[in-house]
Amino acid sequence: MAQKARAKRARASGEGGAFRALVIAVPYLWLLALFLVPFAIVLKISFSVAAIAQPPYTPVFTFESLSGFLANVRELTLESYLWVAGDALYFDAYLSSLRIAAISTVFALLIGYPLAYAMARAPQGWRPVLLMLIILPFWTSFLIRVYAWIGILRSEGYLNQFLLWTGLISQPLAILNTETAVYIGIVYSYLPFMVLPIYAGLERMDYRLIEAASDLGCPPLRAFWSITLPISIPAVIAGCFLVFIPAVGEFVIPDLLGGSQTLMVGKVLWDEFFANRDWPIASAVAIILLLVLVLPMVAFQRYRERAL
Amino acid sequence: MNRLSPFNIVSLVVGFAFLYLPIVLLVVYSFNASRLVTVWGGFSTQWYGALWNNQMFLDAAWVTLRVAFVSASAATVLGTLAALALVRYANFRGKLLFSGMIYAPLVMPEVITGLSLLLLFVAVGIDRSFWTIALAHITFSMCFVAVVVQSRLLSFDRSLEEAAQDLGCPPFKAFLLVTLPVIWPAVAAGWMLAFTLSLDDLVIASFTSGPGATTLPMRIYSQVRLGVTPEINAISTILIGVVATGVIAATLVTKRREVRRLRDERLAAEAG
Repeated sequence: MAQKARAKRARASGEGGAFRALVIAVPYLWLLALFLVPFAIVLKISFSVAAIAQPPYTPVFTFESLSGFLANVRELTLESYLWVAGDALYFDAYLSSLRIAAISTVFALLIGYPLAYAMARAPQGWRPVLLMLIILPFWTSFLIRVYAWIGILRSEGYLNQFLLWTGLISQPLAILNTETAVYIGIVYSYLPFMVLPIYAGLERMDYRLIEAASDLGCPPLRAFWSITLPISIPAVIAGCFLVFIPAVGEFVIPDLLGGSQTLMVGKVLWDEFFANRDWPIASAVAIILLLVLVLPMVAFQRYRERAL
Repeated sequence: MNRLSPFNIVSLVVGFAFLYLPIVLLVVYSFNASRLVTVWGGFSTQWYGALWNNQMFLDAAWVTLRVAFVSASAATVLGTLAALALVRYANFRGKLLFSGMIYAPLVMPEVITGLSLLLLFVAVGIDRSFWTIALAHITFSMCFVAVVVQSRLLSFDRSLEEAAQDLGCPPFKAFLLVTLPVIWPAVAAGWMLAFTLSLDDLVIASFTSGPGATTLPMRIYSQVRLGVTPEINAISTILIGVVATGVIAATLVTKRREVRRLRDERLAAEAG
């Protein structure tokens, strides 16, 4: 009897080995081929020379023989990186991307925290509905939500019409095609990413702590400051990462709302690629952007693993 | 305890007004009779009619739906496998790299993902088409599916499946008959998420699409850059309506199933 069970289990684990190999190998190989290998190619092209051809760069790698490979390595050039380093435009683009992303993150936090807090304190029955209302815009098209702001922020848009009607202003404000419009667009688009982790953190919190504090005579504001806020810090950090990191490389929002005035690196990459057709420069811009983002990404990954 | 303070009420009202006012304005003005988008000229559905006769939009919508269906289905299979690998198999060679590749696309700027995939397709010599968009969409959305399914798998009681295996059920069959029915809501949610991510994507599709495979966001984008038009408001309203209906219906179905499960459990507990 025992023998039979053991045989069964052995057979199962034999097949389990095959099942296990399949479960791991299929997604692993897929991601290697379509996520990691592409980065190797971007890296390679960033060290290549631009050419007027199809494709518009000189391929420098062929894997025919080892000596040929080594000769190819010697042909690699830093030209694109020197170009990117030498032109202040690129430096300014990285810097203003980081600045815009940071300022947007702060505003998203200022709006998102009170919202998440109010949601977590709302009556139990409301919470699923409120949560759904936060997630719903996230499912509807990003492009369309950005587009909606063009109609609001234009000089003859709804906001200016409203402000003129109330008499608060006598001349329409120019908001569209400025950096302000980009802040509004980023905060609006990424607000759910800020609210969801903070709400999750605050909802799990034990409110008996606050009741205990108030029983001991602690005023509500002080209780918030010394109990609620410290408890929610990890969630706040997660929310800030989730807004900041994608905002740095944002393309659609600065392009549609920021006009030609706003310089962001995602847009620069897009223009190098599609307008100037300089693939090596576009690749170098991408590699540097990745390096700029690696630190926050690694920090986020660490944080995530600790939280799980 | 559950009475909201005035400050909390203001936060809720301001927050949700900020989130929904733009969408409401867009929907309302899609029924505007005037060609001028910001001037109300009476109620009309003429822009919806104009859309129906716009072959470019209809073609793009068809391409988008097909890409979304293919890529969501493939991404759900791959993402569920990836989630199983992450949760079930604690130590396999290269696990760190694997989990890194699952999380990285979630935060990777789309321009970089798009550029790298395009350069891959050029290097390998694959012509850009419907299929290259689908491959690109599968790759980034499988990571979202993996994260959604993973969180469900973590709370799944593994001993159920082990019991099945002890009774002689082969692992794949045990997964199909025991695990899959339990994690099904997460798998379905993953599919829907992948579907809408694909419907929504502009940047990656722009890099990876070929001639004859223009998606709806690409069409909308090229129109939007020329200015605000009532047709775009109309098509946006349709998209918002479709997605909102889908999400609300899915939520209601899962909620009802949850209620039924709780009731069954209570009855079982009472009987036992």
